[in-house]
Amino acid sequence: MDWQPSASLEALRQRAALLQRTRYFFARRGVLEVETPLLCSAGVSDPAIENLAVERGTSLARPRYLQSSPEYAMKRLLAAGSGPIYQLARAFRDGEAGARHNPEFSLLEWYRPGFDLGQLMAEVAELVLEFVGERPVEYIAYRDLFLRELDLDPLLAPPAALEARARAALDVGDLAGNRDLWLDLLMSHLVEPALAGRGLCFVYDYPASQAALARLETRGEVSVARRFELYVDGVELANGYHELTDAAEQRRRFAADNARRAQHGQPLREADDYLLAALASADGLPDCCGVALGFDRLLMLASGINDIRQTLAFDWSRC
Amino acid sequence: MATFSTNEFRPGLKVMLDGEPCSILENEFVKPGKGQAFNRVKLRNLNSGRVWERTFKSGESLEGADVMDRDMQYLYTDGEFWHFMEPDTFEQFQADAKAVGDSHLWLKEQDECVVTLYNGSPLSVTPPNFVELEIVETDPGLKGDTAQGGNKPAKLSTGAVVKVPLFISQGEVIRVDTRSGEYQNRVSK
Repeated sequence: MDWQPSASLEALRQRAALLQRTRYFFARRGVLEVETPLLCSAGVSDPAIENLAVERGTSLARPRYLQSSPEYAMKRLLAAGSGPIYQLARAFRDGEAGARHNPEFSLLEWYRPGFDLGQLMAEVAELVLEFVGERPVEYIAYRDLFLRELDLDPLLAPPAALEARARAALDVGDLAGNRDLWLDLLMSHLVEPALAGRGLCFVYDYPASQAALARLETRGEVSVARRFELYVDGVELANGYHELTDAAEQRRRFAADNARRAQHGQPLREADDYLLAALASADGLPDCCGVALGFDRLLMLASGINDIRQTLAFDWSRC
Repeated sequence: MATFSTNEFRPGLKVMLDGEPCSILENEFVKPGKGQAFNRVKLRNLNSGRVWERTFKSGESLEGADVMDRDMQYLYTDGEFWHFMEPDTFEQFQADAKAVGDSHLWLKEQDECVVTLYNGSPLSVTPPNFVELEIVETDPGLKGDTAQGGNKPAKLSTGAVVKVPLFISQGEVIRVDTRSGEYQNRVSK
């Protein structure tokens, strides 16, 4: 029986130091630390994320979902007038395990009322640089990144052209899917590796079809999502939005997610009525930007560890 | 045959891919921030020995391959086939030149090796990591030259040619690492 930790004691000490400095970072800026429930009656609708659920217990009228991020609950606090808040949360995502994923992991998530996306990206850069040391910082639109790395326009190229580009470089067998599948494949297999060794790279203005909970804006003839992803040396570290505040639009996104779930035979997820009620309240969600950052990955980058398991006291296979 | 989902792919798992039996070498889970998750899988085609890298959508599955590794004793070759026997059941199997490949250079009668069966027939043969074989041909040994560097080719009873130190003579038995084809030491007779 391998009862020993998967992280070295040195890595655990680094984790403790990182937690302390993170709290100090936000305390200095007057951002309030909060804790929200891990077990909630609504799951996540995003078709690319599956929840783990707790099925049984006398406290349960029906199954509850282990939260894949504290997003919905934190937005309810914002709608209740909390002001800027952050959380060091445990999050759970079913089926995600590998050198950079563990089904249970730590997320650092924070929200900044009144910030625009540029201000939030700058704050994320400040935090990350404090831990990983001096690195170059780059800001590039998703479209420009694809044009630069693949000479391909991700917003206008037909899906067949995206597929042809993927097939020219990779063996994907009989893989089939829509344009987002090919964009995701190109991003994760060809673009991400090209960012290795290039420091911090903020990719913003995602295709509208990949908006998740970000608001949309038009750029000339196309619509883009006010969302960013931060890559540090090719490792995807954080995902941020200029948050959607409109209850009706939020309701449409939940419905669209479920339509895609139905199409792919995935279980449907009921909309979080608490969140919808908060968005529809008199004050509603204040205009804000929010970001979720993989805390275990930040530790990987700060300590030069290449496998997430070596940052966890006990990885998924040891508990 | 059972099917295996990408999250069950482990090194060593035998699966069918495009009609070919394969052994999984590596399985990397990749996911862009928000979107579709993929598994980037490295496999060895057990028929051709070629390494494949194939990307799957996470959650897709492959059929298991009826491939198993069995310890067997090498009996003899009739020139066309190499004959092996399972020591427990005395069941015999014949492997053709394609299955045996370069392993014939290390097969000594009575030695135990691993025969990989695919649908019950030998697909490949893995010799023991170390074998002891007699030298049938080499230049005369240099007496007393045990410390100096330098080596010479020596032909073994199986036909393999390995580099040996200068002091080794014809008729001696040496120990060879079959994975690298390198001389290890002289075996006292």
